[in-house]
Parts: sequence; C-alpha cells; structure tokens
Amino acid sequence: MTRPDLEAIAQWVAPGSRVLDLGCGDGSLLRHLWEQHQAHGYGVEIDDAEVLACLKNDVNVLQLDLESGLALFQGGSFDYVILSETLQTIHRIELLTREMLRVGKEAIVSFPNFGHWRARLQVLAGRMPVSDELPHQWYNTPNVHLCTLHDFEDLCAKLGAKIRERVVLHRGRPVSVLPNLLGSLAVYRVTA
Amino acid sequence: MAGSVGIVEARRAVFEEPFRFRSGAQIPRFELMYETYGTLNAARSNAVLVCHALNASHHVAGTYADDPGNVGWWDNLVGPGKPLDTERFFVIGNNYIGGCFGSTGPTSVNPATGKPYGADFPVVTVEDWVAAQARLADHLGIERFAAVIGGSLGAMQALQWALAYPERIGHSLVIASTPKLSAQNIAFNEVARQAIVTDPDFHGGHYYEHGVVPARGLRIARMIGHITYLSDDAMMEKFGRQLRRAALGFDFDIDFEIESYLRYQGDKFSTYFDANTYLRITKALDYYDPAGDFGGDLAKSFERARAAFLVVSFKSDWRFAPARSRAMVKALLDNRRIVSYLELDAPGGHDAFLLEDPRYHGALAAYFDSIDL
Repeated sequence: MTRPDLEAIAQWVAPGSRVLDLGCGDGSLLRHLWEQHQAHGYGVEIDDAEVLACLKNDVNVLQLDLESGLALFQGGSFDYVILSETLQTIHRIELLTREMLRVGKEAIVSFPNFGHWRARLQVLAGRMPVSDELPHQWYNTPNVHLCTLHDFEDLCAKLGAKIRERVVLHRGRPVSVLPNLLGSLAVYRVTA
Repeated sequence: MAGSVGIVEARRAVFEEPFRFRSGAQIPRFELMYETYGTLNAARSNAVLVCHALNASHHVAGTYADDPGNVGWWDNLVGPGKPLDTERFFVIGNNYIGGCFGSTGPTSVNPATGKPYGADFPVVTVEDWVAAQARLADHLGIERFAAVIGGSLGAMQALQWALAYPERIGHSLVIASTPKLSAQNIAFNEVARQAIVTDPDFHGGHYYEHGVVPARGLRIARMIGHITYLSDDAMMEKFGRQLRRAALGFDFDIDFEIESYLRYQGDKFSTYFDANTYLRITKALDYYDPAGDFGGDLAKSFERARAAFLVVSFKSDWRFAPARSRAMVKALLDNRRIVSYLELDAPGGHDAFLLEDPRYHGALAAYFDSIDL
C-alpha cells in the first residue's frame, strides 16, 4: 500500500466490517483491510491481469463492469463501498454514485483534484495537465470525467448525499488551507 | 515445468448395496469407474474431485499403457506443475452413474433379467450423480474434498456438492455453467432426443438385443450439440465458408468444411457413445434446478452452501451465457458466501472451458494455490 489515499481510507474502516472495493486493482487495499482490520469483502475489477493479481493476493474478486451498476449487490449489504481513484474513469458517475449509496451504509471516494494549482496552471499555459496524480497524456488517458473538490461536492448535493468527512492530500500530506487549490488528491466519506 | 501424470490406470469401485434415484427408482447394486492422480496426504485433506460433462469420462489426465494416444480429457489442467497440480493435490476423476464408460448404466447387465438394462435403466439426475460420488468418496476414505471442479454439466455437479454435502467440500469451482437450463437449452436437448428415439434402430431403447445402435440419431444429436458448443465467431474463424471440394456441387453431398466437421464429429461419437446414456444426460441437464424446491428463489437454495466458490464464465458462450453465472454469483453474495467470479473475454464459446487460455488457466492455478490444505 503505497498510495496515500489508501492509508486514509484504511483509517476509516472499522474492524470486522464488510467492504466492497470498486476498481480494486490487484486487491492490495482489501488484503490490507483484512490483515490489519479483519475487514472482509470483495473487490470488483474488470481488467484480466488485475483480476489474476487479486486471486494471487488471496482476495475475493468479481470481474464485472461498473458501468452497468451494482445489480449483483443487495441494498445495505456492505458497511463501506470504496471507489479509490476510479471515479474519474467512470462514464455513468451519477448512476454509480447512487448505486454505491444504495449498497453501502457509507461510500468512500477518492479522486485526483483537477482544481490543484498545477493543473490550473497547465491549462492556463494552454495544455492538458500531466502530473503524478494525472500521469497520462490527453490522448491515452483512461480518465473521462475529471473534477475538482467543488464539482464533486456539488454532485453530492444534487444526489442528496451527505459528506461526513473529507481528507485532502498533496504528496501524502494533509492539506488544510485552500484545499481545492493546494490539494492534489481528495478522499471523502459520504452517506445517503 | 508442467508435465503429464504419465501412465494411469482406471479403477472400479463396487457397491453391493442398492442405489435409490431421485425418481424413486432403485437398482440393487452399482459400480463406478474412477482414476486418481497424485497422492492423498496423511490428513486426507488434499482430494479434488473432477466432474465431467456430457461425453467425457473418468479418464481426466495421462494416458494408458496399452493406448498411449488416449490422453485424458482435461490433461491440460491436471498434472505436475499444471493449474490443478498433482504434486499438491490428490485428484479423482469419475464416470457418473448412468454413464457408458464402465460405471453402471443402461449398457450394464440388469441382475433381475440377465440382460442389459437398456430402456429400463432409471432416468438419472445431477443429484443422483453427486449422491453416488459421495459413496465413492466414502469408499476412498475421503471425508471432505478440498475442492470439486467441473465445467458445464460437470460444474452443476460441483455446485450440487456444495448444496447436498456442505460439510464435505471446501471449494466449488463452477465453470461455464448455469443453475438451470433455459427453454432454448431444453429445446436443443429435445431435438437431440427426438433424433435418437425416432431412429428405426432405437427399438424403444432395447437396441442391444437387436444387435444394432441408433447411430443416425446419435450422430444428429451430436451435430446439434457441437453447434451449441462453439460461438458463431469461433465457427466462422475455424471454418468460414471454406469449401470441401473445388466448386459448389449443386447436390446434397458435403460442400462446406463445417458440414464435413459436423459429420465427422457425429460419426465418431456414434461409434463410442451409448444412446440411452445420451438421453439420460440430456434429461439430467433439463431437470437440474436447485431453486425449484425453493419457489424459484436461487438465493434461498444456496443458503445451505458453506464452500468458497470460484465461478467462471466466457463471454462468447451463448449456450450458458455469463448472465447465468452472474445469477449464481448474486445468490452467493446474497448469502454472504465467499466467491470470486471471472468473466473472460475468450472466443471459444461454451467449449472454452476445455481450452488452454493463459488468463483462464492462470486464474485457476492462482485459485488452487490459495487453497489451504
């Protein structure tokens, strides 16, 4: 677990809880949550290589497309539904966010902040931003829906979702002053 | 390095006790053919049962000393260093009851008449197969399987094991399967059955006494089956519209390669497979529906299961499409069971479960590795 948002997420997960990790990658967060918090659950991942990595990591993984929603999961069947640095790759964000709030008692969402000053500066300079958090070029990025802290908070308001807690980070350190400008990564706890 | 289990020997387990079928019918004694690969450990905790689908047998891996060309049907999966590693697991293949490869079935002699059972052999079900396999497990001194694995109809047995004997199975690997047949699936089976029973050589199922087999019916049944095992794309890629002869014949002999392939498969099948067994297997498929006793509620029918599951489907499989596997995954999730699910974008159609796709076999290897013995 090297990604700073995962540390923040892990701190919020209560011991023994049930977790659904959407876009779980190689399953290292779930493995960490199991080993450190005895929290168990499932990962959802679409990429063949990542699914294999999950199985090697001894993590329950379901190869499903998040774009079709979470129809396989009953309402309120998880304590936490996690979407870490995956939001920006989703086409139907409204649908998925609603689904997360249906399936989980709480949703935990992290994403790169497009409002960070370096991103703003690069756009001002006339180019799409490329950074540690946004490493891709515009033509090969998997990201389709980049947003800022304000944008995400507006979406939560529109969906009637309550933001319980927010951590904004830059290079792994918390940012408390001007977070939408100085933070490059945001992590939210949201409930219905 | 992955290798073969080498020369293997088929064994016969004899049960001098009655077997009662789900239908209520009973036979006084029965035998089951099986093979084993690898070594049962001291704790007897490393046994894996492999269940076969329609036309396969207990011969899962390796070859026979007197028939070196006869390689087991899942040899690419089972062996030393292979995904189901025989250096770690004790693997058992079996031919189900009602089969035609040596286990008691329609071709066996009915002790009451001294003649083959033929049409008098009971209709078998997936539940019957699993109940008989449990007797085989007792016979081999295996209290609990580390895993039961199968593809298609074999996977129905792996599922049924988890439902019928929840304490006797650690992991259930359900590949390219469905918790029940659709109307279309049953329709294909009925066409196959009609091909057999309307063959003049069928004689109401007592063809052994007439010294004939309903080869024409079996042949057509098999041809229909093969069409459903391949995807449209896979068939097009393999055969296209390639001609078998120099130009169109303007007659009803073979024009296209696909016709030649189907005829060849049908002919081959009709020489070694028993028509009465074929009829019964298709019925077993049609009848299987664990949710049936629970008002159609699959989740309720899965409540009994304790095993961890690996469910695998293939996107090009239109016979048992991924949605059927997802229904099983949902039923397991509803019961908070341990499950992983793979939905592979493999081109092989239903038959993909027999092929050696690195993603598929890699996942099975990783899954088997993670099983604690």
